[in-house]
Amino acid sequence: MLIGRVIGQLVATHKHPSHEGRKVLIVQPLNLDGSDRGDAVLALDAVDAGVGDRILLSTDGWASSSAAGRPQSPIDMAVIGFIDEIEILRGVS
Amino acid sequence: MFLGRVVGCVWATSKNPSLEGLRLLLVQPLTPELQKTGKRLVCADWTGAGAGELVYWVRGREASMPFLPRQVPADATIVGIVDEVELKRSAPC
Repeated sequence: MLIGRVIGQLVATHKHPSHEGRKVLIVQPLNLDGSDRGDAVLALDAVDAGVGDRILLSTDGWASSSAAGRPQSPIDMAVIGFIDEIEILRGVS
Repeated sequence: MFLGRVVGCVWATSKNPSLEGLRLLLVQPLTPELQKTGKRLVCADWTGAGAGELVYWVRGREASMPFLPRQVPADATIVGIVDEVELKRSAPC
């Protein structure tokens, strides 16, 4: 799983039925210091997230499609949680 | 999932029988700002997308799901045609 921020969403009329009724969010994966980690990706919304939210991003197909409640579907990424806080333990690397 | 643009078609006359009847398209991955990123790749098409269209695609095992119960050996599939990208990258925290 990755940490990311929701930076937008897609409007798509013609899409796979398993994506209907859920937002396709544009998520920018982040490093721990908050900087961008690679390119933004698209993820199905499984928690009702919105633009600006810091979220937990699943990047595995099985995890994402089951989180979205749509197993056996073409879903390879999903937003599966909101991040309140990240604590980095001192002296552990 | 990832954003991309259809930039070509691929024809393969001699192929695995399970790929029979499948449309294969050449896709250029894009950032949400619609800038090119990474190399072009071949995607199976579930949507009937045409040349130049903005699409989104799924990678991995889930790419074969739209074709169930057919077992199609696809590892990247176009699953939606994008009407609009709503992007607010400078969203407040």
